[in-house]
Amino acid sequence: MDLMQKRYADTVVLSPVGRIDHSTSEGFKAALAPYMARCAVGLDRVLLDFVSVEYISSVGLRVLMLASKQAKTQGGSLGVAALQPAVKEIFDISRFTMVLDVFPSVREGLARLSPPALAAFDAA
Amino acid sequence: MPPDERLTVKFWGTRGSIPVAMTSAEVRRKLIAALLRASGRTLDTPEKAAVFLERELDFAVSHTFGGNSSCVEIVTGRRDYVLCDLGSGARVFGNDVLATRGPSGNTFHAFMSHPHWDHIMGFPFFMPAYTSGNRIRIYGCHADLEEAFRGQHGAPSFPVDFSRLPAAIEFVRLEPERDYEIAGLRVRPKLQHHGGDSYGYRFQVNDKVVVYSTDAEHKLDDLAEIRSFADFFRDADLVIFDSQYSLAETTSIKEDWGHSSNVVGLELCQMARAKRLCLYHHEPVSDDERIAALLAETRRLEEITRGDRRVEILAAFDGMEIVL
Repeated sequence: MDLMQKRYADTVVLSPVGRIDHSTSEGFKAALAPYMARCAVGLDRVLLDFVSVEYISSVGLRVLMLASKQAKTQGGSLGVAALQPAVKEIFDISRFTMVLDVFPSVREGLARLSPPALAAFDAA
Repeated sequence: MPPDERLTVKFWGTRGSIPVAMTSAEVRRKLIAALLRASGRTLDTPEKAAVFLERELDFAVSHTFGGNSSCVEIVTGRRDYVLCDLGSGARVFGNDVLATRGPSGNTFHAFMSHPHWDHIMGFPFFMPAYTSGNRIRIYGCHADLEEAFRGQHGAPSFPVDFSRLPAAIEFVRLEPERDYEIAGLRVRPKLQHHGGDSYGYRFQVNDKVVVYSTDAEHKLDDLAEIRSFADFFRDADLVIFDSQYSLAETTSIKEDWGHSSNVVGLELCQMARAKRLCLYHHEPVSDDERIAALLAETRRLEEITRGDRRVEILAAFDGMEIVL
């Protein structure tokens, strides 16, 4: 799975597209891995822009959980933003909104993760 | 089972891990909610009151999901009884047998998922075991199944030793991934992820299939395992599924605790093209409102993820009957 990437100061915004399910989750995990390796204290923060994600299954959610655990272990910050209504419902029903940092929009996510990133986003 | 007869599944115990009892505070809360809804109405006969309860009150107000631990009966139309697990619900089942068919001359076939306490604790209070002339066959894949049953019957845990039970009790070891013909059913056990292992059972009679799959954790990144369970559930009329935790819990703080979620149950049933998913082995912390909310959420999840076929979603409660 290709991840479109944009950088705002110390924060990388990644944009997956389509369905994250049993057939695409391994690709999503592999594409995410190099960014999560740098998601650490003093390095990058990562925000996933889910505006183009149509569906996420349990295995896709597990990839997010593993990424979140890795970020915490490394002292980094990971957020997910701009969920489509159906995907937001899946997050709610699976209780992932209780264990991941989920934001209504990319801008609100950046505001929480990194003020310099928000300034760069607003200036862009 | 004659071809024109239908298969019925009866739930005698649906709670996971430990039996629970509704508290006085919960009863009071239900009564207050019901009385408020009834205000201004004339409910002056039992019939009118019953209709009001059934039609106008939410299930969580007018009923309870119940608190007995795992025990499910599969009614085949034959004289022999077929059960899955012997949790505390088996006590209620046994008393019902005494009341409806008498104390002796009955045969019971019990398929055990595993010997954890909540799945065997009903047996010391299973009254048919205390009457000669009854025959009880306990099936399972665990080598230590008989030891577990005898252990809970012995001192210092219980006053009546297993050896003093008058019924004819046999333990029958099964192998997973093999088909057996027992009590008119084709039965296939399957190994599941759980502490000390557990086994699911796929039951088939004529064209009807019931899968009993409790105390099972599913490793989401193991595609081969996911596919093998989709095959195990394939085209089932009913899948009884351990949905004790949320998906977030099973992938975080309760990973490797051996249970699953409503989300994974639905995905497996969708892959398997199963007709019905029954949420089962309810979390003991959950009250009736919370289980009802879990049911509503799972139905909503089914709606927004539905492909070309609907999966009917149910939540098991003690006393529930499903006719297939």
